[in-house]
Order: sequence, then structure tokens, then C-alpha cells
Amino acid sequence: MNKRHLYVLSAALTLIALMVFFFKVFVLHFPLLPDTTSDSWEIEVRAAFRAYNAPVKLSMYVPRSTSQYALIDENFISKGYGFSAKNVNGSRKVIWSTRRASGNQVLYYRAIVRRVADAYPVVKAEAEPVTPVGYEGAHRAAADTLIADIRAHSADIDSFVTELLKRLNSPEKDESVSLLLGRKPDNERRIAVAIDVLAEAGIPARVVHGVRLQELQRDVVPVAWLEVAEKGVWRPYDAAKGTGKLPDDYLTWWRGSEPLVTLKGARDLKTRLAVRLIKESALSGAAMRGRFMTPGLIDFSLLSLPIETQAVYQVLLLVPLGAFLLVVLRNIVGVKTFGTFMPVLIALSFRETQLLWGIILFALVVGLGLTVRFYLDQLKLLLVPRLASVLIVVVLLMAMISVLSFKLGIERGLSVALFPMIIMTMTIERMSIVWEERGAAEAIEQGIGSLAVAAAAYLVMSIDFLRHLVFVFPELLLILLASTLLLGRYSGYRLTELVRFRAMTRE
Amino acid sequence: MFDRIRKLREAGVLGINRRNADYTLVYNPRRLYPLVDDKLQTKRLALEAGMAVPELYGVISHEYEIKRLPEMLAPHASFVVKPAHGSGGNGIVVITGRMRKMYRKAGGLLLSPDELAYHVSNTLSGLYSLGGYPDQAIIEYRVQFDPVFEAISYQGVPDIRIIVFLGVPVLAMVRLPTRASEGKANLHQGALGVGVDIATGRTLTAVWGNDTIDEHPDTGNPVNDVAVPGWDDLLRLASRCCELTALGYQGVDIVLDRERGPLILEINARPGLNIQIANRTGLLHRLHAVERHHRELRDVEARVAFAKAHFSHGDRVPAAPA
Repeated sequence: MNKRHLYVLSAALTLIALMVFFFKVFVLHFPLLPDTTSDSWEIEVRAAFRAYNAPVKLSMYVPRSTSQYALIDENFISKGYGFSAKNVNGSRKVIWSTRRASGNQVLYYRAIVRRVADAYPVVKAEAEPVTPVGYEGAHRAAADTLIADIRAHSADIDSFVTELLKRLNSPEKDESVSLLLGRKPDNERRIAVAIDVLAEAGIPARVVHGVRLQELQRDVVPVAWLEVAEKGVWRPYDAAKGTGKLPDDYLTWWRGSEPLVTLKGARDLKTRLAVRLIKESALSGAAMRGRFMTPGLIDFSLLSLPIETQAVYQVLLLVPLGAFLLVVLRNIVGVKTFGTFMPVLIALSFRETQLLWGIILFALVVGLGLTVRFYLDQLKLLLVPRLASVLIVVVLLMAMISVLSFKLGIERGLSVALFPMIIMTMTIERMSIVWEERGAAEAIEQGIGSLAVAAAAYLVMSIDFLRHLVFVFPELLLILLASTLLLGRYSGYRLTELVRFRAMTRE
Repeated sequence: MFDRIRKLREAGVLGINRRNADYTLVYNPRRLYPLVDDKLQTKRLALEAGMAVPELYGVISHEYEIKRLPEMLAPHASFVVKPAHGSGGNGIVVITGRMRKMYRKAGGLLLSPDELAYHVSNTLSGLYSLGGYPDQAIIEYRVQFDPVFEAISYQGVPDIRIIVFLGVPVLAMVRLPTRASEGKANLHQGALGVGVDIATGRTLTAVWGNDTIDEHPDTGNPVNDVAVPGWDDLLRLASRCCELTALGYQGVDIVLDRERGPLILEINARPGLNIQIANRTGLLHRLHAVERHHRELRDVEARVAFAKAHFSHGDRVPAAPA
């Protein structure tokens, strides 16, 4: 036979699998172990107000996905309110409205964001002409002096902004600055003045609001910073520190000087903002990272499926493991089983019943089924009606065991319903034929062999690490396929043959 | 364990994995299987080639034909009912005589006409066929076996299994029914397998289950050193089966009828491996020898001569000619 063909094929499959595997492990940082976690945050805005039997309109800025933070999920909880969303100069705004509302009203916005990159999101700045604010009198003179002074100390926009922020942060040294800022300036005021002065100098600038994402915070106060258009890109400036670097836990929320929430038609608005860190498996984090780095790989992987479907595949992908074990046990060890894949299917149902109960229930159903099958044998039924009768009896037996065990308070007994009844029926039929033709010993031996293989397959399939590996790295199944192909040409002795041919080893 | 593997390898014992991977899968093309899996086809082929087979009394292919069973059986005192696609001897019923309306099975048990009809019906549904497909029931001549095996078989029909590789008989054994096998000659049903020296046609030690024994478990007579009559003819017959089916690796089952001589019972495309224990000889060395030389062996005579020359039991592990 052409064994080289087989070796080349197996090697190619293994190579492909390893390449994809290593790419996912070392580049995308998919977790090798099931329990590693990464961070994401839940943000909640609670807007409470009092309505007086009049139309109400509440608008709120909400965050949007950026290249730094991905918006994973969001909910709007607003009973009885109409709801619409729109984009307003680089921010997202939602508007809740109702024709008539009275009493205390509470609206919620919840979102989950996850960090996908450290760098501040790149936002393109359109070349727009800047309209000067039009300072007058003393302010005019102060602004002109300040601009001229900073120009003399700076080379480009970056150094201009840095110098301006430095002066705005120490108003006592410069009279024109303190005049522009007014008394007791806060951060918002400093940013506003900076934007005005930059506008006078012909540099586009705007204010950005966001929140700091920290472990757990109630009543978060939004932070504001400055964005300056520079070479077609908006660059962030921390107005308080006067630097062009922003901590990377700043989540960009909305742009412009408007407040987070504006309310019309009602009163007593109370806005509360909360941030909470949620530990999530590193897997979704890595998948998220992958989606941004190599969109194709993740979009066409199992992680792109809905959660319920993912759960199905977590189980289905274990079947190859069981099948491989079966190949080893049958072709290398030489265990006899009823039906080729019956033990793997039984092992799948053991996942629900647990091992001990699974074996008990299986033995119970097959044992009772066999008794009925032997009785039916006297009636000399045709094959297909006989199989159907056994199937019906199996279903009834399963129902009976469920009811009985429920009455006895044995919860596990209920899971008997998860046994594949067709497989059980065929097992009973095969077993009864072997029983009749080769004796009870052979039938019981094969029955125990099948159960032992099923138990082994169950034990292998319930190793968390393996389950995690095949689900996150399904390409590893190619290695399993390669090994199975190689086993397909295994021509050595089976372990049971060492016993079978023991007479041949004696002289 | 590794010591045992080494010993088995030295003895040239063929394991089931190697039999499948290196012999049946390689030398037996799948398309030829129907020829031997369907015993009706094998029978027809053998008849066309002028080889003797047990006479066919009738075939039942459909459920409604079962009504005709008594009528079909009426002229025959003894007969055998077997599935056309059976395997491993399953589903074979040997009727040796009658007792009023009842049929007497080889084991002595009585079978009512209804029970026999039910058995035929099961056979038609595919209960005994490979893969469970609908099947046909064959009713044929019950072999009156040669008296040479009288003392060493318990009821039933002893047969001779010869493994033929590329037309060369490599290993042979006589299968003797026992009480445990209910008159059937299949080893896993409890029949006794006795190795036969290819060179001389005399029996060697016997295997029962997976163990070697020297006496028949029911009759107590020694089973070794019995000469199989017409051995050379048997070898020629087996060798011709290679052309008959075109299978490279096959097990030919032959019975010796008292009056009609050797009859081909069936041909097996996946013959069992216990024949090695019965002969205390591994198959591998012989198979390798045939692989090296089969091109020089042009006809049946040359192949039989080669087998007799090289597969003698004088030396336990035959020195394969280089």
C-alpha cells in the first residue's frame, strides 16, 4: 500500500492544525487553559425625574464602539417611552419620549464595554474653517497677548497646545490668562477657554466627555478632556495635567459641551452613573481581539455563533474525542462492543446522568428490555415489528423509571430520558441475538465491554481541559483526524490477541 | 508484554489488524465480496467452473413463499437451511431427520414447522445477514460426511478450511462439531479446530476456544494424526477457487461427502485467525513466501507443489525459501 501518501496527508493535516493553533495562542492570545479571565466593564446610567402629566423628552449621550473600547452589549430600559437613536457630530445620542407621563420616572441605560486596544481611538478630523469667538475689549487684548506669547514659545500645534495648557493651569503667573479664565476656574472652564483661544489661533479643538473605568464606582462624575485637530486627526489632551497623553482607562463617551442628559417637560432630574468591572473569560476577550485584528478568522469560527449554538458545539466537538478513544480501544486493545459508535453515544448521555447513575440506569433499561425481548421471542414476530415493539417498551421503561425515581425523590433517575432510545433498542436486539447464538457469557462480556468503553469515553470527554481545547482550537481535531488515519493502517497486534494467541508463544 | 509481542512476531502470527490492513484490504477488492457473501452466487460460480457443491433444494426470497416450505421440504429427509448472506455460521439450521410432523435438528432437539418457518422469516428480514439487509434463505443438501471423521466429531458436519493466498494453499484445518457447537463447524460457536499438515494431509493438534487440546471433548478419541482422504485433490480444489472468485486472500470451506466426494461449501473473504493456533503456526512467514514466489507459479499444479514443498510441518517455522 502507498503508506507515503498516508504519512504526507497526516503530516500536512498536523502542520495546518499546529499553524492555526500557534497563531491563535501566540498572536491572538487565545487562552490555553479554561479559567483565565480578562476584564470588561458594565456601565449603567440611571436617569430619574418627576413628570407632571405632560409630554416628556429625555436625550442622553451613549458611548459607541471605538478602536480602543468595544461595545459588547447594551440595554435600554424605559417602560412606556418611545425610543430613537441618532449620531450627532461624532457622538451617539438616544432620545426617549412620551406623550404623557406623571410621577416618578426612571430610565436606565446599561452597556458592557471591553478594552480591545490601549491606544486612544483614531478619529479623523475634517478640515473645517474655525470661527473665532470674537473676544472684545480687555479679553481681546488678553487673548491676543497670550497667543502671541505662546507662538513665540512653540514650534507646532502640539507644542502650542501644551504651552497653552501649561499657562491655563497656573493662571496666577499671567494676568491675561487669569482674566480669560475668570475666578476659580474648574477643568470644564479651562477646556472651554482653551478651545476659544485655540479657535482664535485658527486651530480646531473640542471638548470630549468620558468616564474612567475603574474596579467599582457608584456616582461616577464624567471627566472631560480636550481634542485638538492635528494633521487630520483628533488628538487628546489632558487639560488638567497639560499633557498630550491620556490614561488608557478613559472611555470616550460624547463630544461637545452639552451635559450627558437633557430633559424637557419634566423636573428634578437626577442622573447617576455607575461603573463595574466584570471578570469574564479571557476567551471572549481574545475573540474580541481577534475580531479586530483578523476579522475573517473569528467571524468564521465557532465563537461567532450564538451562545446556545456554541453550547451545542461544545458537546458535539467532544464526539471526535470519544470516537478516537473507541478506535484505540477497539483496534489496539481489542475490546468488543455492541455497534460501532454506540458507546460514544451512551457516553454523551452519561454527561447528563453522571457516571454511576448512567451505568445503573443503562443496565436497568437494557436488562428489563432484554427480559421483554426474550418474552417477545416466543411470539415469533417479524424483525421490524419486533424492533418497533422493543423500542416502544424501551420508551415506556424510561418513562416508568423517571416517574418512579421522581416519586422516590431520586432526581438523577429523571435523566434517563436523555438516553438515545434507538441505540438502546438496537443494543437490546443485538445483545439478545448474541445471547442466543453465542451464549450468555459472550453477550454479557460484550455488554460490559460496551459499558466500559462508554465509561472511558465519558471520562475522557468530561476533562474540562480537553473540552476547552477542542472548542477554542477546533483545528486540533485535524491532528486527531491525522492520528486516526494513521491508526487506520495500524497492523500490529491487538492487546487481546496477546491473550488469544498465548498458545502460540509456548514451545 | 513486549516479550510476548516479540514471540508472536517471531512465530509469524497474523493479527486481525494486519490481516485487514495488509491482506484483505489489499488483495480482496470490495467489488468481489458479493461473490462470496452471497452463497447462491458462490454456488453458481462453482457449478459453472465444474466444481462440486451441495445440491440446492430451493430458495426462499419472499415472505409469501414460506407457505411453500413444507411442500419444498417434503421430498427430503434431511437438509440444511442457511441465510444466503450469513456470516460466521449464524442462522444455519441443520435438520437430520423427522419425527412425525417435527423436524429433528443436528443437536437432537425437535423443531416444529412453525418454528422453522419463523426462522426462515427471520432470515428473510436480514437478522443473520451482514449489515442486516433483507436476505434469502437457501435450502440445500445435508452432507453425509465421510466416515473418516466419525470418531472425532459430535453430530453435524465436519468441514475442512483451507486458507488460500494468491492461489497457494497456506494453512489448513479440519473443523469438528462438538456438543457445544450444536453440530455446527464454526470455531467461535464451540467447534473444534484441528490443524492439518499441508504437505501430508495428516491432522495435528486441535484448538478449542483459544486453547490447544489433543482429544475430542465429546468422544474422547484422539484427533491428531488422522489422514484426510484425497488430500491432494482437496488442495487442487482449494487452489482453483482463486480463479473462481479472483480474491487474493480467502478461506475455502470444503466438506467431504461419503458419496459425492469433496464439495465446496462456501468461501470466506475474511477468514478467521484461529487456524494459526490449530496449526501452531503463524501465517505471516508463509504469506511472505507466497508473495515472493507467486509469479513463478503459473498453474494449480505448480501452486500445490510449492505449498507441499514449503509448508510442511516437519519444521515448525518453515524455512521460507529466499
